Amino acid sequence: MSVLVFAENWEGRFKKSTYEAVSYAAEIARQLNTSCTAVVIGAVSEEDKKGLGKYGATKVLSVANDKLKNLEAGVYTHILGDAAKSVGATHVVISFTYTGKAIAPRLSVRLKAGLVSGAIALPTSLSPFTVRKKCYSGKGLTDVVISSEIKMVAITPNSYKVNTGGADAAVEVFSPAIPDGEFKVVSKEVKKTSGKIALTEAELVVSAGRGMKGPENWGMIEQLAEALGAATACSKPVADMGWRPHHEHVGQTGITIGPNLYIAIGISGAIQHLAGVSSSKVIVVINSDKEAPFFKAADYGIVGDAFSVVPQLVEAVKKLKAAHN
Amino acid sequence: MKFLVCISNVPDTTTKIAFSDNKGLNPAGVQFIINPYDEIALTRALEIKEAAGGTVTVLHVGGAGAEPNIRKALAIGADDAIRVNAEPTDAYFVACQIADIAKKNGYDVILTGRESIDYNGAQVAGMIAELMNIPCISVATKLDIAGTEAVLEREIDGGKEVVSVALPFVASAQKGMSEPRIPNMRGIMTARTKPLQVVEPVAADCITASTAYELPPAKQACKMISPDNVSELVDLLHNEAKVI
Ligand SMILES: Cc1cc2nc3c(=O)[nH]c(=O)nc-3n(C[C@H](O)[C@H](O)[C@H](O)COP(=O)(O)OP(=O)(O)OC[C@H]3O[C@@H](n4cnc5c(N)ncnc54)[C@H](O)[C@@H]3O)c2cc1C
Ligand SMILES: Nc1ncnc2c1ncn2[C@@H]1O[C@H](COP(=O)(O)O)[C@@H](O)[C@H]1O
Repeated sequence: MSVLVFAENWEGRFKKSTYEAVSYAAEIARQLNTSCTAVVIGAVSEEDKKGLGKYGATKVLSVANDKLKNLEAGVYTHILGDAAKSVGATHVVISFTYTGKAIAPRLSVRLKAGLVSGAIALPTSLSPFTVRKKCYSGKGLTDVVISSEIKMVAITPNSYKVNTGGADAAVEVFSPAIPDGEFKVVSKEVKKTSGKIALTEAELVVSAGRGMKGPENWGMIEQLAEALGAATACSKPVADMGWRPHHEHVGQTGITIGPNLYIAIGISGAIQHLAGVSSSKVIVVINSDKEAPFFKAADYGIVGDAFSVVPQLVEAVKKLKAAHN
Repeated sequence: MKFLVCISNVPDTTTKIAFSDNKGLNPAGVQFIINPYDEIALTRALEIKEAAGGTVTVLHVGGAGAEPNIRKALAIGADDAIRVNAEPTDAYFVACQIADIAKKNGYDVILTGRESIDYNGAQVAGMIAELMNIPCISVATKLDIAGTEAVLEREIDGGKEVVSVALPFVASAQKGMSEPRIPNMRGIMTARTKPLQVVEPVAADCITASTAYELPPAKQACKMISPDNVSELVDLLHNEAKVI
């Protein structure tokens, strides 16, 4: 029995979601009284690899190879499948990120392991192995029981707190043979979203909708985001009209996020919008219409004109930040 | 070019979800639709077929209750349809059915949605690909095919990536790949006579089961703050909610 976790990196750096996944896997290992091994694919510094021990990994299998720079789900599955066999993994944890979404279902077939994707908490029971996830786009919760011998969980980013305090992990080189024929997807271009905070990883998000009247009014939204250190998002019509880029669109048909704080400005709160943001821990709604449905899903609300409330909010946040610096 | 588009049958996006005895969705008053991402996949397959020739088959694993939506896919323009007559009990079971049909019939491109909006699994596409030992491009926002090679754009953590891959492959569609179409009168008329084949499932295991459902805990009442006292909101977020 042992627990394996895929410690995903982006351009050589681990992300918060990686530390969450390692912490989650280590906690399952602790409950099962076994060890937690992390797999790292690609070039990551020795320091960072050892550092996964802090989050509870006891061993790190490090796979480095020039050809592994871009995500090739088939090849990553091969590596993780071999790693799972080599440590006798009974439980496999992966982040429910785009990378995780590409790999987890393949790996689950390869290991014939039942997969709960989008888990939001630790297993509610280890036997039978039961994990809670959202369903109906956040409108419901369901407990999923895995009956296969190997169990897999893909954990939603920002839903599990990182543990710290462990000692350095032992790093071992792991080099499964991968035939050239397994590389089937050719990466032609990577288009990075510009320097700002990535929406899917942001802890704080400032979002605005059609109530802003036009793209020329987004200055105050960006100022608020900057004062908070938040990412910016928007409603669907705003992206459809070209006021904001499509990658900011959250909701049923856009990105699903679960930040610690979601501030919705001039957004009515249609059910399709809520589907993408209802996992936010705290929701603030600023809307001039006191009947706006979003208030029903909010923790804090201001009925008021965004054009006067938001600039005041920017000043108040700046004051708070200044007082705490 | 032979396309297979997998469609799942899901509650309309505006459905108010209720569960019967926490054992499953209470279907009373629920309108079922083609999963929105699957419609995006279907439309892109049709666009490519119209430009380059070929056929588009839609496939659903599930009971006869989904037939109106299968007919809708035919009305939008698919050439024929297959329904595997079995409860879609888990993603692995569904993927085994789809892979079996795909192996028998030999498609060039197998498309699914990015995720189904009922179970939100994002599992079926990758599972089909692994079962067939072919590549899968997940969460694809663009798809173009020239000859035996396809170029896709997909979402990755931190941006987007353009990739190329040889046929056959699986891809899961994300918004951006196409704009769904509304069936026209002619489509609706011809859909009635298009072939809809019902086949029995192959044996496959279910390795997961949703055993209980519940609604998310109700939100506490929203705390209202006066627009004349905006700094109070910042205080509350800092001291009470502790998120800033
Ligand atoms: C299949 C489907 C999928 C969809 N997917 C999504 C999705 O993923 N994401 C999404 O967002 N939507 C989605 N929608 C659309 C959704 O139904 C709503 O139409 C949309 O969310 C509304 O956007 P909005 O709130 O910005 O605009 P509106 O509904 O027009 O709301 C604007 C709000 O701004 C307020 N307002 C106006 N002036 C001010 C002011 N000066 N100060 C403060 N407030 C002001 C108004 O009171 C109003 O509440 C989808 C719809 C369908 C049918
Ligand atoms: N019962 C089903 N029949 C056919 N295709 C399905 C079925 N369930 C899921 N799919 C396809 O798989 C995609 C992803 O579903 P899921 O893995 O459940 O999120 C959907 O968008 C569909 O294209």
